[in-house]
Amino acid sequence: MYDFLLADTARVLPILVVAAVGIAVILLDAFRNDSPSIPWLAGAGLVAAFVLEGFKLYDPQVAFFGQVYSGGAAAFANMVVLLGALGSVVLSVPYLKRIGHNYGEVHALILFATVGMMTLASAGSLITLFVGLETMSVCLYVLTGLVREEKGANESALKYFLLGAFSTGFFLYGIALLYGATGTMLFSEMVEGLAVTERTGIFVGGVALLLIGFLFKVSAVPFHMWTPDVYQGAPTTLTGFMSTASKAAAFAALVVVLARALPVDLVAGEVQITLSVVAAVTMVVGNVIALAQTNVKRMLAYSSIAHAGYILAGLAAGTGEGYGGALFYLLAYTVMNVGAFGVLAALEWDKEQGAIQDIESLAGSGYRQPILGVTMGVFLFALTGFPPLAGFIGKYLVFAAAVDAGLTWLAVVGVLASVVSAYYYLRILVVMWMKPETDAPEAARQPFALATSTTVVLSLCALLLLILGVMPGGVIEAAQSYFDAGAIVAGR
Amino acid sequence: MITDFVPLFIMILLALGLALTLLKLQQWLGPYQPGKIKGSPYESGQDPVGSARERYSIKFYLVAMIFIVFDVELVFLYPWAVSFGEFLQAGGGAALGALAVVGLFLFILVVGLIYDIKKGGLDWD
Amino acid sequence: MDLTWYLALSAVLFSIGVLGVLLRRNAIIVFLSIELMLNAVNLSLVGFSQGFGDVHGQILVFFVMSVAAAEAAVGLAIVIAMFRNTLTLNIDEINLFRG
Repeated sequence: MYDFLLADTARVLPILVVAAVGIAVILLDAFRNDSPSIPWLAGAGLVAAFVLEGFKLYDPQVAFFGQVYSGGAAAFANMVVLLGALGSVVLSVPYLKRIGHNYGEVHALILFATVGMMTLASAGSLITLFVGLETMSVCLYVLTGLVREEKGANESALKYFLLGAFSTGFFLYGIALLYGATGTMLFSEMVEGLAVTERTGIFVGGVALLLIGFLFKVSAVPFHMWTPDVYQGAPTTLTGFMSTASKAAAFAALVVVLARALPVDLVAGEVQITLSVVAAVTMVVGNVIALAQTNVKRMLAYSSIAHAGYILAGLAAGTGEGYGGALFYLLAYTVMNVGAFGVLAALEWDKEQGAIQDIESLAGSGYRQPILGVTMGVFLFALTGFPPLAGFIGKYLVFAAAVDAGLTWLAVVGVLASVVSAYYYLRILVVMWMKPETDAPEAARQPFALATSTTVVLSLCALLLLILGVMPGGVIEAAQSYFDAGAIVAGR
Repeated sequence: MITDFVPLFIMILLALGLALTLLKLQQWLGPYQPGKIKGSPYESGQDPVGSARERYSIKFYLVAMIFIVFDVELVFLYPWAVSFGEFLQAGGGAALGALAVVGLFLFILVVGLIYDIKKGGLDWD
Repeated sequence: MDLTWYLALSAVLFSIGVLGVLLRRNAIIVFLSIELMLNAVNLSLVGFSQGFGDVHGQILVFFVMSVAAAEAAVGLAIVIAMFRNTLTLNIDEINLFRG
């Protein structure tokens, strides 16, 4: 009678693997304080989960009475999250050692946050959605305030915590109202129930509050005010983790809600208008404010706001191509942003000054550290959207979907915003390669040895961007197949 | 519907009246002889040695935080305990499965506790 | 009783919470207001759940309670770390970052 439980457990096995490894890491850390084998264990768990998800890529299933989707789009999003987590774990080890905060708990928290993100991306009901979102957020609050002696880190953590919890309140109220309007927590039943019941004010309010919660988590304008402060104060490699994996998970969940839970005419109507306006404003505001930044970390924070806008453009299209394009964009964005923050972390030169890393301090660093210079070039070109890198393909996919959906103006705004963004991305490269080394402060010019693991991860990220950019065919097909018209109608 | 609450209102009024009456009565009836000893914080007891408004040690917060987490997690045991009877009746190892699930839940909590003890979260000094 | 009363009370409590977050300046009071928001939502969830005769709303309430506890623990830890470094909990005085 309860046999299905075993089959269902197998379907969420990757999440369970990551959770079990996280618990093992906590136990290991309790008995061997900050043991050097912890990052290895964490990395192995993430790789194992990544491989397990890979098997499910073309095998969409429902588990636990529809509470969880496994495989298919969820597997794709989970693989993106795991990729970001893996890169962050490896890059964090030398960085945290340098700033003297290489605790074993960091890796446990990254793993637990990953569990939350995977749950969020596989959510099949409002309950799973909430639990995943909060598991992720609470871990990220702690990671933000990791360097607890530093005022900047305290401030980021407090801001992130208060604003995050505030937005959780709205998100939760949205869930409650949606539940009240439809009488169910399951996405699959929700879309059926809405076909027959009339849409009351409660329902509209619920959708609006839920969207506000999501837009906050992906830091879209006008809910972006926390992003620069939080990204600036957090440890750099963990900023990379936060800005990519958590965004990927939240966007994947938003895609699932739009494609599977809300009625089609609403998504094509009011929701589309809202999302396209938000996307346009986010792209413009993110890029324009980034132009004025002199702190590289803060500049990348505003750039990540702008990228949320590009992805929202794909979501606003509301078609299978748009959703699939957004998924592909998330993959490319995760790889390039983890890499970019990894380079910044390696070049961060002083514990006190790290928090206010000025662009001038990078002067001439391309010659001193050619590997960092070259890989940073790849990441920045990809972020700008130059062919033949993955960033270009991602932008092409989301903008093409927007044009197909009749939102040509949105695509035009997006392309113009990308042109603006080229200015500040390339400025970093110009400083790194063309400015004389003497422009940088004395302390920034100390020679240092690059950790082998950092070199390997950064090179792999750059290589992956190139491969995804040159032959993205299979990945695009996979991403877009999940949300074909037929696949959605079939309730999967 | 509002009439259902009339007894409650009467009760509240009675309680309020009784409390106020007693307060006033002891002022009227009791002798009032203020003095130095009478006015001390602990009459005919120890003399106070310092201000009572001290900042609490940070350790209280640590214990409070740990307490909150472990305390609230127990809320999940209630629905489990209530529905355990149904699993027993269902037979076919369902009860064992339910027991295993709650065992796993408690195991995770215990891991947290072990971590806490090992890291010195419960050491007072 | 009519479901509307529960929903109205929940909406009022939620609004008080939102106003508290927006108007108060002490980090702890702000956090208390957030907790008030979460518990206001719990009230409507339980109300809906009772109205539908469906247990899912109450299950979510359990999760909200435990999440609120976890957030309280993390929030207190952050506030303590903050207070040790800056000796203030006024969120208007906490502004290192500009730009």
